[in-house]
Amino acid sequence: MTGPAPAIEVHDLSKRFRVFREKPTSVKQRVLTAHARADDFWALRDITLDVGEGSTFGLIGHNGSGKTTLLKCIAGILRPTSGTIRQRGRLAALLELGAGFHPELTGRENVYLNASFLGLSRRQTDAAYDDIVAFAEIEEFMDNQVKFYSSGMLVRLGFAVAVHVDPDVLLVDEVLAVGDEAFQAKCIERVREFQREGRTIVLVTHALDTVREICDRAAMLHHGDLHALGHPDDVVREMRYVLLGVTDPGFVPEQGTREAEIAEVQIVRANGKGEGPVLLGDPVTIVIDVRMNEPVDDLDVDVAVLDGATNHPVLDARTSGAGIELGRFDKKRVRFKIPAFPYNPGKYWVTIGLSNRASGHLYHVQTQRYLFEAVDAPKVQERVAVPVAVEVEDL
Amino acid sequence: MTATSETVERTSESPHFRARERFRDLYAHREILSNLIRKELKVKYAASVLGAVWSILNPLVYLAVFTFVAKVLGAGIPDYPVYLLSGLLAWNLFSASLTGGASSVLDNANLVKKVAFPREILPLSTVGVALVDFVLQSVVLFTFIVVSGYGFHWPELALWPLAFVTLVVLSVALALWFAAVNVRYRDVGHLLNIGLVVWFWATPIVYAGYQVEALTRPREILGIPAFFLYLLNPMATIVGSFHRALYGVVRPNLPAEPVLFDVTLGWLVGVLALTLVASLVALRFTWAYFFVRSGDFAEEL
Repeated sequence: MTGPAPAIEVHDLSKRFRVFREKPTSVKQRVLTAHARADDFWALRDITLDVGEGSTFGLIGHNGSGKTTLLKCIAGILRPTSGTIRQRGRLAALLELGAGFHPELTGRENVYLNASFLGLSRRQTDAAYDDIVAFAEIEEFMDNQVKFYSSGMLVRLGFAVAVHVDPDVLLVDEVLAVGDEAFQAKCIERVREFQREGRTIVLVTHALDTVREICDRAAMLHHGDLHALGHPDDVVREMRYVLLGVTDPGFVPEQGTREAEIAEVQIVRANGKGEGPVLLGDPVTIVIDVRMNEPVDDLDVDVAVLDGATNHPVLDARTSGAGIELGRFDKKRVRFKIPAFPYNPGKYWVTIGLSNRASGHLYHVQTQRYLFEAVDAPKVQERVAVPVAVEVEDL
Repeated sequence: MTATSETVERTSESPHFRARERFRDLYAHREILSNLIRKELKVKYAASVLGAVWSILNPLVYLAVFTFVAKVLGAGIPDYPVYLLSGLLAWNLFSASLTGGASSVLDNANLVKKVAFPREILPLSTVGVALVDFVLQSVVLFTFIVVSGYGFHWPELALWPLAFVTLVVLSVALALWFAAVNVRYRDVGHLLNIGLVVWFWATPIVYAGYQVEALTRPREILGIPAFFLYLLNPMATIVGSFHRALYGVVRPNLPAEPVLFDVTLGWLVGVLALTLVASLVALRFTWAYFFVRSGDFAEEL
């Protein structure tokens, strides 16, 4: 085996919950049907993934997709129904801020209690105590019972303890999404520090941009299945498709042998910008920068626009179709100009491909990588002189 | 960070129970235990001016009341306060461990669902809290024995440590079992409360131990002396041993009937030792049961 062994290896993991449907029935009915009301619910199905030591792994998916269940299985809170999890090193799981906090205890006492649940020894907590208090920014209230704290103070205190944990592997569930913006920035900064210290982090979050920003790899769960696994950009894109309600099980986001490569793509609107909605009837230009890594002949650049609602192509254009011979080059910019966008309002995907015109060999294909939205031009009703016929009738 | 790169493997199989391994795991998490006990004590006496004094006040009131009304209630038992409390404190530790233990996992459902730690810590912490009360109250009783002039009896007092250890082992064993069972069958908690009332009166705490012995001595069931069968109630042996250790005299007012079990000290030590062995065996099984079941707690709560 090359390289360091992964910190977490999940193999064929499945988790079934028994869901009891309990309805308020008579005692007699309840006795008669005591154990008949269980449904199986598969929260996770055949998940296989590993998290490299020292890497940061993002776990995304909409609510109920199984992210937290997976985290709980890794943490050892839940037992898998089948499959195995292998995990190396000391682990701390932040599934909830301020686990074990008790309202009758003071801030200080709760810090020590909570810290011990997160695996900090008394001595470690002593050493980190001043930092924790400073991080939470509530110095003057540490000897008050936490029942007098505001919810914001409680969250900050819980987080302050949490970020002072000292594990090899850190599991974080959605807790980064607390506090105001300044506090969140502090939290992200702290995660980066964990990264620099070489710790392994698994992050469950709904903040897709955070995943792209700080994760090395990502996975997306969808109804308990591993829907996508790989580079955060690709997984986040896949997540966005799913959020839009478009799924394609045989979807391969990017492929090709890369003798020629798509370097950059811009979808330029009528106002010259690369973002924002496209107005119906406005011109759209798809600008593709192509880089040739190895000299190839007969390069063909192909663009397809797909209707986001149906996934059907509505437009297909290629350089060879326009009779353009690209030849050999280092870098070239190709513009596909649509003079007036003629289709219905809605979301549209753009797929771009570089292939060999003669053999059909694929150099680089980005399937449904780019998205834009077409909207009807906003209209203000204007006063238009229309001849109006006036009729009067006797009754 | 290479010092502790132990590999943990989790599968659908519950891991095998190995007492030594569990011990090591618990020891590694001992700070959670001590913090939880401290929390329970603080919460118990939070916003009370007297704090832990309340815990001591309870036996003090017993001592005061029974010093004055002993002649009516503790019929035939001289120095009734010493007799009553030496057994009652042991019983209180036992029953508090069981009732607290039974609800310990349920009461901390949120922790169990969100934090990974050895679940044994929850019932153990309730036993710990009961132990703190027991120690405080024992200090009161010991002080009373000295101050009132009743005095200690030697070598009977040497029985105390053995009785104490047996009591704790039995309490932990049963607390673990009730904690685990109560997660799935909530009836157990209610059943326990009723059971403890029966158990209390089946154990010589408020009445003289000899009364049971006198009743059972002449009888035999299947050829076994009924008194031996009675001592299968481990609390009878344990409370009887606390009596022997602190109350000391079997026959305080000759020539009247004895108060304590009329057995030799050596015999009692033997039965107590057997009870300890049985409790340790029970602990081995209830602990393993708890451990195996604890893997599903987060799901069942």
